[in-house]
Amino acid sequence: MEKTVNQKAWFLVLPVLLLVAFSAVIPLMTVVNYSVQDTFGNNQFFWAGLEWFREMLSSERMWDALGRQLMFSGIILAIEVPLGIFVALNMPKSGFWASFCLVLMSLPLLIPWNVVGTIWQIFGRVDIGLLGYTLDKLGINYNYTQDTIAAWVTIVVMDVWHWTSLVALLAYAGLKSIPDAYYQAAKIDQASRWKVFRFIELPKMMGVLMIAILLRFMDSFMIYTEPFVVTGGGPGNATTLLSIDLVKMALGQFDLGPAAAFSIMYFLVILLISWVFYTVMTNLDKREG
Amino acid sequence: MDWMAWTVPTAIFFAVIATLLITFTVLAIKFPETPRTGILRIETTRGDRLFITLLGSAFINLAWLGLVGASQPYALILCLIYAAAVFRWV
Amino acid sequence: MADMTVTPAATQRKRALPRINSRAVVMGLYLLFLLLPIYWLLNMSLKTNTEILNSFTLWPSNLTFANYATILTDPAWYMGYVNSLIYVVMNTVISLTVALPAAYAFSRYSFMGDKHLFFWLLTNRMAPPAVFALPFFQLYSSVGLFDTHIAVALAHCLFNVPLAVWILEGFMRGVPKEIDETAYIDGYSFGRFFVKIFMPLIASGIGVAAFFCFMFSWVELLLSRTLTTVDAKPIAAIMTRTQGASGIDWGVLAAAGVLTIVPGALVIYFVRNYIAKGFALGRV
Repeated sequence: MEKTVNQKAWFLVLPVLLLVAFSAVIPLMTVVNYSVQDTFGNNQFFWAGLEWFREMLSSERMWDALGRQLMFSGIILAIEVPLGIFVALNMPKSGFWASFCLVLMSLPLLIPWNVVGTIWQIFGRVDIGLLGYTLDKLGINYNYTQDTIAAWVTIVVMDVWHWTSLVALLAYAGLKSIPDAYYQAAKIDQASRWKVFRFIELPKMMGVLMIAILLRFMDSFMIYTEPFVVTGGGPGNATTLLSIDLVKMALGQFDLGPAAAFSIMYFLVILLISWVFYTVMTNLDKREG
Repeated sequence: MDWMAWTVPTAIFFAVIATLLITFTVLAIKFPETPRTGILRIETTRGDRLFITLLGSAFINLAWLGLVGASQPYALILCLIYAAAVFRWV
Repeated sequence: MADMTVTPAATQRKRALPRINSRAVVMGLYLLFLLLPIYWLLNMSLKTNTEILNSFTLWPSNLTFANYATILTDPAWYMGYVNSLIYVVMNTVISLTVALPAAYAFSRYSFMGDKHLFFWLLTNRMAPPAVFALPFFQLYSSVGLFDTHIAVALAHCLFNVPLAVWILEGFMRGVPKEIDETAYIDGYSFGRFFVKIFMPLIASGIGVAAFFCFMFSWVELLLSRTLTTVDAKPIAAIMTRTQGASGIDWGVLAAAGVLTIVPGALVIYFVRNYIAKGFALGRV
């Protein structure tokens, strides 16, 4: 749609601008201020220069958390995207069963995140949870509060459980937009199932899949509540992802300076990914219309 | 405003960014922007290039701090070169 | 080929039948995977604690609603729901009120810096709450709003206002511009046009935006927990805090969990076709 140039539109945007400035710009400025100072409480601050940034950049703690974070995001993307596409391909196209699947698949998406944590905390327990109990009876040593691997498996499976449906729903929306004529042409050409997927369905889904991948990456990159409830970042620091580590530092130990420096670097990475996301989205818009 | 813990350097920092934003707005009014496609193969306007420059500079500074660790002002020279490159080619 | 003589319809049926079955099997397994943990939570919430801890049963052997009764009669529990509801509703109202005109502006007009502004909104939706928890705590403490509902409602505007603007813009761009122009020619003022003609046209969009604002505010834990202590403590914080205590009351915890799922589950049928669109910020 061709848009008219109208500078008065600014007045319509102004309330949003003021509100978001209040809740985003002021806190961010504060974070920048904290990051260059040291404090012993009572609102007394001392100039520290770039000391905190230097400390954070050379601290193993932050790099480890970042490493774990990237590993987590990588693993869940590697599972959720193919699984989501696979589920979408198998969903009924219309009718009662389509609605039925949509409703049930949406259910995990709408559960409060801390309850998602609670569900898996209970589900995975060896004494009272179905999953933990079954695994234990099968002779598999599984204890997510003590064992690093078990803890990781738990939070990964939890995230897959929680968010695969989103990827599936997005892929499904992409699939539904493919006109029947394409499939008929493929049938005439006697294209194999794989070829139909590779040359018709996948290209048509690419747009929504990009959105799904970026969205899942962003959201998994700032995940906090679910692993916090299930493992609390443990055992040890095994599942301490970036946000969990940051909250520990900022609100647990109240280390304003280091936490602020950490926040800024975290935020810069987010900015970069958001920019990629936005560029991809606007380019998709342009290609479509 | 006590809790925000303002310092002179950070105030200058934000003032510089605000000035840049205002300058680019004025520029955009005086000389309307025409998007172009550069080496990143995406359409950018002057404002986009400013954003890429600022974000990149932040990363350059951090990288300098982490890898070199001394004489931070030199990183700013690198940023200026980077900025010139972005405005010329992106 | 041997079956060349078979009619095309028969071939199709022969081939189609097993495929439909494999589809049903895949979907069945996937849905089972999704529902099993939820069933387990429900199962726990209907058991007594003795049954939970002493025997392992796949369904409650003596069904009890005592856990729900505990929550609905104990103010320490049910006030959590009330508090959550208050700030969530406040947040939804604020977000939609400011987002509606802004989304209209973004979908209809181009103005100085519109794209950058739109991008900036997105970064706030993407920003990790963990980054903002500390400054919010300081900000709301200093203005005396700490532990109030409005503080949490405003804090959640950080990601909900951008979300609402993006979703609404996605719906509004689908409405042809000729409608606006005709209305203006007919002598409608902007306000009257917007409320009388435009809002009914994008009613489903407003519904979806409201739903997602409600949901994201309802599920958020970190900010709401950081900004409250007693008076405005949300249910999510109450649930996580009881977990720290020794001897967790699993039955009540499960019941509380089931009750927090209810609002989402109630409206799920009505929004089922928009879930993907909402999560993708109106872009699908």
